[in-house]
Amino acid sequence: MRSAIRFASIGLALAALAFAGAPAAAADTVDPVADAKAFKKFFTDKFPKVKLEDFVNGPYSMDEDLYRQWQEKEQFPPYEFSLELGKEMFAKPFKNGKSYEDCFPNKGIGIRQNYPYFDEKEGKVVTLELALNRCREANGEPPFSYVRDEMAALTAYMAFTSRGKPFDIKIPNDPRALAAYENGKEYFYTRRGQLNFSCATCHVQSPGERIRAEVLAPALGILNAMPIYRSEWSGMGTTSRRFTTCNSQIRGVPFNPQDDEYRNVEYYLSYVSNGLPISGPGARP
Amino acid sequence: MSRIRTSLLSLASVLLIAPSAFAASEADYKAALAAAEAANKQAAGLRNQWTTTASTINAAKKAAEAGDFDKAVESANEAEALAKASIFQATSEKALWKDMEIR
Repeated sequence: MRSAIRFASIGLALAALAFAGAPAAAADTVDPVADAKAFKKFFTDKFPKVKLEDFVNGPYSMDEDLYRQWQEKEQFPPYEFSLELGKEMFAKPFKNGKSYEDCFPNKGIGIRQNYPYFDEKEGKVVTLELALNRCREANGEPPFSYVRDEMAALTAYMAFTSRGKPFDIKIPNDPRALAAYENGKEYFYTRRGQLNFSCATCHVQSPGERIRAEVLAPALGILNAMPIYRSEWSGMGTTSRRFTTCNSQIRGVPFNPQDDEYRNVEYYLSYVSNGLPISGPGARP
Repeated sequence: MSRIRTSLLSLASVLLIAPSAFAASEADYKAALAAAEAANKQAAGLRNQWTTTASTINAAKKAAEAGDFDKAVESANEAEALAKASIFQATSEKALWKDMEIR
């Protein structure tokens, strides 16, 4: 094991050295519209048989057998209990008599597709999970864990009320918003962890391929299905849980949920999936 | 004959003692651990720590607690190498991430 670790580390160092001499890419201008267009083209070119809106179904869109299994599973979806719990929790007033409805536009119904958004007042990205906890705290309630069932249930219900609505993430004319988007993009493509993987290693370079027993999902539309019930977890998982778990799986120390890096990468990934329908809550193997 | 026997015994004693002459001390371990922790702290500043660095540092501490300073130094050195690799990764990826970008 030790020698394997040493070998991997030396390999990484040598690979990095080999690239160290390569000239750095010319300074680019940030163009989210062009990025989103190129992103969609990459995946539709790579998988010409998959309809654009089907990318939100992750690995099921990549594998016919899995697709059939999933359709059968959807008759009695494993996220149903979470969805019901989320609906109850959403309707239940806080101790002060107010409720989640009071914190969101349109009383929180059918708005999932607009999150995350860039809050110009704060100068940062605000995700739905973060907004839910801020709503709780503003009303004297303790925040929920970002990786546990309560947050998954609430976001499951909110996603359900937005099913079919296309992602509609805005980047306001604010250099800080553009910087957040660009930082999210950098995070997405940056290799990290001892295994030297970036998000893109699995979800751009290898969607449809197997990693152990799993079929990797394409990055396009990957957040449209969140939160998800994962058979591997035997439970629901939030976007925060997905990000932190990905990091530890590649032997990187995960950040705290809702740290800037995660908020920014969610902003980037959601933006490049603009136009694709919300399909959450989802189920994954 | 007795001289030969004495010489052989002396040689055997030297051979037996020799490894312990090069055994790591607690001070060696402390120095190695400090270097590993300093490198890992630098990796934290770059927001790129590896889980294996932390687990290898823990292995070094456990070995030291058990009094096995050879193993403790070995693990601490390995942890430092892992932390330095993570620093190298974070630094080089500042430019290299663009190579992977969809354009």
